[in-house]
Amino acid sequence: MTTPLDPIDRAIVVATQDGLPLVDKPYHEVARQVGTSAEDVMNRMERMLHEGVIRRIGVVPNHYALGYKFNGMTVWDVADQDIAEAGRRVGELEFVSHCYHRPRHLPDWPYSLFAMIHAKEKADADALVQRVADALGPLSRGHLVLFSSRILKKTGLRL
Amino acid sequence: MDDIDRAIINSLQGGFPICDQPFGAIAEPLGLTGTQLMARIRKLKEDGIISRFGPMWHAERMGGELTLSAMKVPAERFDEVAELVNSYPEVAHNYAREHALNMWFVVATEKPGRKAEVLAEIEARTGVEVHDMPKIQEFYVGLRFEA
Repeated sequence: MTTPLDPIDRAIVVATQDGLPLVDKPYHEVARQVGTSAEDVMNRMERMLHEGVIRRIGVVPNHYALGYKFNGMTVWDVADQDIAEAGRRVGELEFVSHCYHRPRHLPDWPYSLFAMIHAKEKADADALVQRVADALGPLSRGHLVLFSSRILKKTGLRL
Repeated sequence: MDDIDRAIINSLQGGFPICDQPFGAIAEPLGLTGTQLMARIRKLKEDGIISRFGPMWHAERMGGELTLSAMKVPAERFDEVAELVNSYPEVAHNYAREHALNMWFVVATEKPGRKAEVLAEIEARTGVEVHDMPKIQEFYVGLRFEA
């Protein structure tokens, strides 16, 4: 589902992609930059939040700084006909932050289900991977865990 | 980071209000004034505890494209390739990962069609194959981290 942005919506994205201004009336400040009224900015942002163009508004923690040093991208080789059931089971696990079906790249990359896990200790990460494996049971024909060794860039969307 | 900072992180990963004075509107349960809350958020950002504060935009819902791509970069060229990949404003995140496919980055574009251009350019300029792994289906997004 897509919603083309009009020029004012787009200007609001540009004005807030680095974040909301840390001032008493941030939406008034955005409105000043965009050249419209604060009420218009707030109405548009409410609408975009409702439509999912804005996922949410708040703080994005740097999970490394919070001590989550083991950020694993777990990838699972699941048969195409099992993917919906596998995704449902993994998506339900409360410690999984993202879960997607992605295309395999054979022969090197047979993995089609991606689930991100995060832990402060390696042993905890291993235990979470095992819980995903248990949830999938025979639906998984093989898996890998790719830990991130370095963040090379993290800026979020830029227009 | 103290208990109030932890409470800010745990309670504010979504739901920040859209109103005239939003900081003032939510500061009281945290035992703060609006001005103090703003100062706390500014400090958390400066200290790198939070990477951003504000709306999280969803590229695909704006008519754009989003994908995850992976490359198998020779170790001796890793930094050079990372610099080139990161130079694209469309590259929103890039992570080094421990695998033969050792560089994983997210490309978010405003306009459809631009994704293919960015990936083709990266491939041409680096001579390294780019594996495009756009999501086919999303099962879950949205864990909140406990501070």
